[in-house]
Amino acid sequence: MPGHDVPRMTTTTLSPTIANAQPASSTQSADFTPRYWLFAAPAVLVVATVIVFPWLFTLYMSGHDWKIGAGPEFVGLANFAELFRDARFIESMGHTFYFTSLAVVLPIVFGTAAALVFHREFPFRGVLRTIFVMPMMATPVAVALVWTMMFHPQLGVLNYLLSLVGIGPSAWVYSPDTVIPTLILVEVWHWTPLVMLIVLGGLAGLPREPYESALIDGANDWHMFRHITLPLVWPFIMVAIVIRTIDALKAFDTIFVITQGGPGTASETLNIFLYLQAFQFYKIGYASAVVVIFFVIIIMLSLLLLYARQKSKWNA
Amino acid sequence: MTRLLKKLGFFASVFVLVSPAVLVFLWMISLSFKNELDNTAFPPVFIPNPPTLKNYVDVFAQNNFALYLWNSVLVTGGAVLTGLAVGVPAGYGIARGKATKFAILILVARMTPALSYLIPLFLLFQMTGLVGTITALVITHLVITIPIIVWIMIGYFENVPIELEDAARIDGATTWQAFRHVALPLARPGIVVGGILAFIFSWNNFIFSVVLGGKNSRTLPSAVYNSLTFEQISWGPLAAAALLVTLPVLLVTVLAQREIVAGLSAGGLKDG
Repeated sequence: MPGHDVPRMTTTTLSPTIANAQPASSTQSADFTPRYWLFAAPAVLVVATVIVFPWLFTLYMSGHDWKIGAGPEFVGLANFAELFRDARFIESMGHTFYFTSLAVVLPIVFGTAAALVFHREFPFRGVLRTIFVMPMMATPVAVALVWTMMFHPQLGVLNYLLSLVGIGPSAWVYSPDTVIPTLILVEVWHWTPLVMLIVLGGLAGLPREPYESALIDGANDWHMFRHITLPLVWPFIMVAIVIRTIDALKAFDTIFVITQGGPGTASETLNIFLYLQAFQFYKIGYASAVVVIFFVIIIMLSLLLLYARQKSKWNA
Repeated sequence: MTRLLKKLGFFASVFVLVSPAVLVFLWMISLSFKNELDNTAFPPVFIPNPPTLKNYVDVFAQNNFALYLWNSVLVTGGAVLTGLAVGVPAGYGIARGKATKFAILILVARMTPALSYLIPLFLLFQMTGLVGTITALVITHLVITIPIIVWIMIGYFENVPIELEDAARIDGATTWQAFRHVALPLARPGIVVGGILAFIFSWNNFIFSVVLGGKNSRTLPSAVYNSLTFEQISWGPLAAAALLVTLPVLLVTVLAQREIVAGLSAGGLKDG
């Protein structure tokens, strides 16, 4: 992970390497920057069209009452005011919070544990790690379809497996009480490998010496984990926490395929609410206001991510 | 004795970690090779007996599957190739020109939900008559591929020592030549990693095709999802289709395991 992040660029504003390596290039380096920008020019153009323009246009739409088919009508901040009076929106925020908190904590705990396991040498480690990583690579829609079949209350394999260990059938996604925990189960299955990979990257860079001296002092495994490993990989866990939070907030594919926000609105998260407002009710001004709120949350988390990455670099 | 117990405990934990993934994928395979009777049997039948290929035949016979497969190839191929053509030089320009602000913009683009681009792009494509075309999907998939590729390439180009390019320039190379013949070959692993991750995330994407795909321009994930909603649910063909959709990605994961791990820890992160 070291050397692959933005913070490094912020710290070295003017490249000292050029100046030191060859003094003759001082006149040359003055016109480096514009030429380097030419390399990025096509990307700037594309990013401006497909990324920045949509953002600005969304901001514009959020100030308008706009249904697809009819024209826009300027309403100022009325969309936002309406959102905070919309019980369905408030409910979806609650669902998002519930879903996100567990869909962050559980993968972090399991992923860190898995990283500790896969950090050790053992037979078939490579193969087993590949299998372990597969869920995060698999097409979410394809996997969601299989989960849907597994959750079937009468014919699903999960209720059968539960019955084998003497637990009664669960309603899984068919009851408002169990739908969000069930979706969290799928999310944990899907994304624990990502946390594992990030933490594994942190473990790979750990120094040996602290462990050797701790062993001499007679420390046991738990002590070494608690007082050496955990503090050292904590910055990486922080990175994983922020990434998980962002991903869980915008989780869409599996929820949409498995429940479409149902039963009723019991699993309607912010992103599902947004989709329905925009592409089912065609209230695009209203939906854009949701996007703006979403965007503010994501930007704050992204800044947190940059900060966490910077810390993880210093400690690596 | 304690060492043996510890060892057993360790292998038990490996088993517990790997089994959820194994269980779901094996069940997917099992469903896809069983006949309809066994698929709806209770208690469930685990091992297809006898295994049947009928589900796979059905997938290709009934669902225009070949067309959607071709659409996916076109959209992902177009978006990854354009992404590389645009993103690799951009990664170089940003790394060498210290364009921190643009890099942060790319990072934010990587983090914002797909739906935040989709409403304006939908309107734009509606106005230009591009809704339901492959072109519209390729353009939107650039939102996925360009940020991943740029972000990964920045990291790789930063690790190429600038002294090598300076040496080339002393020998009279232009900035472009220094990039093309010195930095680019050294950053080739990054191109591979960026291309693979861009392929995976673009192939897996669902939402863009749901909103922008027409009846004949859908990509595989949304086509399979639609077969769930519009036809009678039959588990065998559905599982077979799901397996076929995700198979290319899983194969790439197995073949390019090391590159993927390197890319993800280098900041490829993920896309949703």
